[in-house]
Amino acid sequence: MSLAAATADDPHALGHGATEDDDGGVPPKRIIVGYGFWIFLVSDIIMFSAFFAAYAVLSGATAGGPSGKQLFELSTTAIETGCLLLSSFTSGLATIGAHAKRQGMFQAAMAATFVLGAAFVAIEVTELSSLVAHGNGPGRSAFLSAFFALVGCHGLHVSLGLLWLLTMMAQAYAKGFRDDIQRRIQCFTLFWHALDIIWVALFTVVYLIGTTA
Amino acid sequence: MRHWDRVNDRRDDAGQGMTPARVVRAVACLVALPLAGCGTGVLAPRGAVGSAEVMMLVDALAIMLTIVVPTIVATLAFAWWFRASNTRARHLPEWAHSNQVEMVVWFIPLLVILLLSGVIWTGSHAVDPYRPLGSKVPPLEVQVVSLDWKWLFIYPAQGIASVDALTVPAGTPIHFTLTSASVMSAFFVPQLGSMIYTMNGMTDQLSLIADRPGVFAGRSAHFNGDGFADMHFAMTAVPDGDFAAWVARAKAAGGTLDAAAYRGLARQGVLAAPVTYRAVAPTLFADVVAQRIAPAAGPPLTSPASTVPKHGAPEPGEPRT
Amino acid sequence: MTLFGKLTWSAIPFDSPLPLFASGVAALAIVGVLGWVVATGRFRYLWDEWLTSVDHKRIGVMYTLLALVMLLRGFTDAIMMRTQQALALNAPGYLPPEHYDQVFSSHGTIMIFFVAMPFMIGLMNFVVPLQLGIRDVAFPTLNSVGFWLTATGALLVNLSLGVGEFAKTGWLPYPPLSELAYSPGVGVDYYCWALQISGVGTLLSGINLVTTILKTRAPGMSLLRMPMFCWTSLASNLLIVAAFPVLTATLAMLLLDRYLGFHFFTNEAGGNVMMFMNLIWAWGHPEVYILILPAFGIFSEVIATFSGKPLFGYRSMVVATMVICVLAFMVWLHHFFTMGAGANVNAVFGIMTTIIAVPTGVKVFNWLFTLYGGRIRYEPPLLWAIGFMVTFVIGGMTGVLLALPPVDFLLHNSLFLVAHFHNVIIGGVLFGGFAGYTYWFPKAFGFRLEPRLGVAAFWFWLVGFYVAFMPLYVLGFLGMTRRMQHYDVPEWQPWLRVAAGGAALIAIGIALLIAQLVVSIRRRDSLCDTTGDPWDGRTLEWATRSPPPAYNFAVLPEVAGEDAYWGMKQSVRDEQHTVYGPIEIPRNSATGIVCAFFATVMGFSLIWHIWWLVIVGFVGAWATFVAFAWRDLADDVLGADEVERLDRVDRPVNA
Ligand code: HEA
Ligand code: HEA
Ligand code: CUA
Ligand SMILES: [Cu+2]
Repeated sequence: MSLAAATADDPHALGHGATEDDDGGVPPKRIIVGYGFWIFLVSDIIMFSAFFAAYAVLSGATAGGPSGKQLFELSTTAIETGCLLLSSFTSGLATIGAHAKRQGMFQAAMAATFVLGAAFVAIEVTELSSLVAHGNGPGRSAFLSAFFALVGCHGLHVSLGLLWLLTMMAQAYAKGFRDDIQRRIQCFTLFWHALDIIWVALFTVVYLIGTTA
Repeated sequence: MRHWDRVNDRRDDAGQGMTPARVVRAVACLVALPLAGCGTGVLAPRGAVGSAEVMMLVDALAIMLTIVVPTIVATLAFAWWFRASNTRARHLPEWAHSNQVEMVVWFIPLLVILLLSGVIWTGSHAVDPYRPLGSKVPPLEVQVVSLDWKWLFIYPAQGIASVDALTVPAGTPIHFTLTSASVMSAFFVPQLGSMIYTMNGMTDQLSLIADRPGVFAGRSAHFNGDGFADMHFAMTAVPDGDFAAWVARAKAAGGTLDAAAYRGLARQGVLAAPVTYRAVAPTLFADVVAQRIAPAAGPPLTSPASTVPKHGAPEPGEPRT
Repeated sequence: MTLFGKLTWSAIPFDSPLPLFASGVAALAIVGVLGWVVATGRFRYLWDEWLTSVDHKRIGVMYTLLALVMLLRGFTDAIMMRTQQALALNAPGYLPPEHYDQVFSSHGTIMIFFVAMPFMIGLMNFVVPLQLGIRDVAFPTLNSVGFWLTATGALLVNLSLGVGEFAKTGWLPYPPLSELAYSPGVGVDYYCWALQISGVGTLLSGINLVTTILKTRAPGMSLLRMPMFCWTSLASNLLIVAAFPVLTATLAMLLLDRYLGFHFFTNEAGGNVMMFMNLIWAWGHPEVYILILPAFGIFSEVIATFSGKPLFGYRSMVVATMVICVLAFMVWLHHFFTMGAGANVNAVFGIMTTIIAVPTGVKVFNWLFTLYGGRIRYEPPLLWAIGFMVTFVIGGMTGVLLALPPVDFLLHNSLFLVAHFHNVIIGGVLFGGFAGYTYWFPKAFGFRLEPRLGVAAFWFWLVGFYVAFMPLYVLGFLGMTRRMQHYDVPEWQPWLRVAAGGAALIAIGIALLIAQLVVSIRRRDSLCDTTGDPWDGRTLEWATRSPPPAYNFAVLPEVAGEDAYWGMKQSVRDEQHTVYGPIEIPRNSATGIVCAFFATVMGFSLIWHIWWLVIVGFVGAWATFVAFAWRDLADDVLGADEVERLDRVDRPVNA
């Protein structure tokens, strides 16, 4: 609608601006919650990009210490990656179970997700602590600081996610698949997938490029 | 430097009648320049860099005042004229849109910004701190280290150094290479122009010049801890011939600045009076930059809760020179 | 490690009476108020109706109250700085450097994070759902959590006054000065944890308002029919969502350096100070637009209402707002032109910065044309708006001056810069806050603020501002640097004395504002507004009664154009056929305040390295959320008949 036309048939200039696709109204709660959680995820990804940027800036600042090439083990991180990707799949199964209101399927899939996620964290902790044990902790160089912070931040997210996961299992068990619980499960899966995506970026930037470039 | 030439041209043809641009610039000067007389601030430049920057300041101010002053006047005028009690004023209760007005409203500031962008682009290059000053005289090299809370000036060619006092020949470009022993500071002599940060493990460069002899206040323009307010120095531009004499005097007195002496100097605190060193370890500056001399330490932790003042700072009232 | 980490008796500054006295008074006041509340049996009311409320209006009021209380604290700091500098020519004054440094740091931190932010967020919280014609924000309980986390941050900053010390590194703690090596005390830790916690709160409220505005509007309220204030709120909250995570990450890096020996920004081991500057300003510059954009929205509403006209160039205004929103992320480097980045980089960022003057100018001109042809009523909100238009244009102009790298080389970190940002913040954000506060006060409480005291306060503020800050421009030209505890240049002193006088005038302005509030409460009966629409408003918040019922609107309004309520007033409404439906009202929840309690515990013990207590705090906060998630009843439902009955009471004579 052109402005001129709008003012012509609307002398008070109060009506123009009405568009057909988006004219307000309050959608169901499921939509609102999902939308809000997406925005949260975007903000979380922005936070990660700050850590990524720091890593990019500092990746050469080894201060005479080892570089990524000398430190990173692609094989263990590949296993880690496998665990996380698989857990994303099982968390998807859990959503399906929740939708179908099948307690057994939901709990089993969530448990599998937990095991895989915990395995991921365990491998990561082992890897990081072995670095520290060999004197290559975050205090060794700015490069290692950025590395530990980036990987650690992701690991922390996964760990908190695990806590959330257990809470959801308990809640679904105790309260059944109420609407609000469904919404939380939906958010949890979104969160878990987002961590997956971030990990893929991290794996590429830190491990793949770090060991080949 | 091109811009500085323009500056001088402008001074020369100042008498050639009043174009509108000139009127506006005169107004800008009226706003800005009563302060120049005071003689110590940035509006009383004593060197080509500072003069060029002040000229850009006045130009930009003039350009903007041409639109800002009418805006303010219009605000007050509209607000007054269209007061509810004024029944003679036009009443347009539905008037909320006009394509013509919208066009003007976007284009006027856009034009101003276009003009300013030109000033910004040429100006940023003209006074780029890294850019050597076009001068027949070869520049004097000075290395600057900001310490907590004093300024160390090393004259590599002369092999001497001074703390909290900078002596240079007037009319000779000075090429500074700057770094910091510990935290960030900024080297600033308001009357000569451009300030620049100093950072540990890095160098910055800056060229300045003092047109005529004089004493100019210099200070740190970036907050750097409890002794910050005392971190000032006097910059003395001496007549060209006197500089050699000053160097000779400096070479005849004072101690030697080697790594050990430097470490003492770098401890947090304020000097009661400036000092000079007759000799300097030739690689001292490079060692500081490359961190072969470790960054200077901060305060000792006297109480777990708070850091208590540690410097034997002189009473601020004490004369420092 | 001992039981109490680094915390010992020596943390209490027994040797410096001033902060000890101040914190003592503050503590006594808090205990006194609490005692009075409990003794008079009002605690139940306070707890039920306010502290655990999830009503966006109550939360908005609490945000604003927090802002006003913190303004007093920030002003105390300002007065201390002004008097210190008025005295300290070749003299130590009465504040030694280690105090003065804390004073300007806490002043800046408090004013930005705990005055300007909560002021704007509070007004947005209160007004946006009403203007959108809906019943609450998208996530009411989250809203309460966000507020209480902000309050936690404010509490921690003020705690540092009496226990330990505050940061001495400015409102943005540049490393390496803020690193453990150069700031070994707990000051920087107080700063970081306070901002981390309140930053989470701000992020939550940002997500909440973005979702609210984009997803939940009254039927018919398309985006391009939203009031201007909703647009600027949207822009501001989008900036929050995009910028605050960067602040969180940056402060996290600084904390890792300080707590775990990382080397992000240290001098040693390859740390990079310049990265801190880039990161902090990548948040910091958008931050100033987060503050000013809602203020722009307030002025748009106020100017349109009191001119009795629709906002001129609505679509232009929307475009201008969004352009500012985008450009906000492309100019951060102008805060460190003097780092030596090179002429091309400086020039590009300088030009990008000045481009912001274009959309801002469009806004100013559109306000101007909104005034044109109006019938302007000189109520206090309009006075603030006119004061703003004049003052902000000056501050914006000095900002553009600083955006010229060659000029910034002379004026960076000078009092000229300090004058610039007070010029835009006081003349923009604060005036906007006051305009909004007087404008919407009757909506919130059902009675107007006494106008004559409001006018007097305005004039003292306006004149006080000019007297206090114009000398700072001069001082910048005279080469005076910011953050100087003392100085040795005699030419500076007269100007500093004038500035101190200006601060005194502002203090009178503040006193008048407080007096206005007290007098208005006393005379609330004669100032009472029964119409719900005391200013002849144009937007939906005026369509409901004052104060609005918990559900805002008995029936969600049908929006048929811009200036929705104005349109309704023009057409005769058919009240007979209103169809009422049941309304879900979210139940009160202590989640926010309890969670904030644990966050306070956690923040405090992190600052003092009391690790076991950190764990207690974390578990407590998590348990609070689980308990919240476990409840079975989230909403109370008000039946349709009940709604109808209440609505008839609200508008007995409406037809
Ligand atoms: C929102 C931001 C804000 C605001 C409002 C102010 C307001 C003021 N500031 Fe501000 N200031 C900063 C942000 C702000 N400042 C920042 C970020 C810094 C930099 C810090 C640093 O260096 O790191 C700074 C630094 C700074 C300095 C340090 C200069 C230096 O570096 O040497 C000084 C010096 O005097 C100063 C003075 C003042 C004064 C006198 C006011 C006063 O004019 C205004 C005070 C007014 C009030 C506090 C209003 C109170 C009103 C009420 C309480 C309402 C009453 C109640 C009801 C309505 C019910 N400020
Ligand atoms: C609400 C807060 C706020 C707002 C709105 C602004 C608005 C602007 N600011 Fe400001 N600024 C701060 C708060 C704010 N600033 C703070 C807190 C700091 C210091 C932080 C610190 O170091 O501690 C700072 C510092 C700061 C610097 C860094 C200086 C330095 O450190 O050396 C610069 C430089 O470019 C700058 C520029 C601008 C510009 C160009 C605008 C523009 O948005 C202004 C645009 C408005 C106008 C121009 C007026 C209206 C327009 C017209 C009437 C049209 C016609 C006019 C023209 C075409 C010119 N600001
Ligand atoms: Cu830029 Cu160091
Ligand atoms: Cu900025």
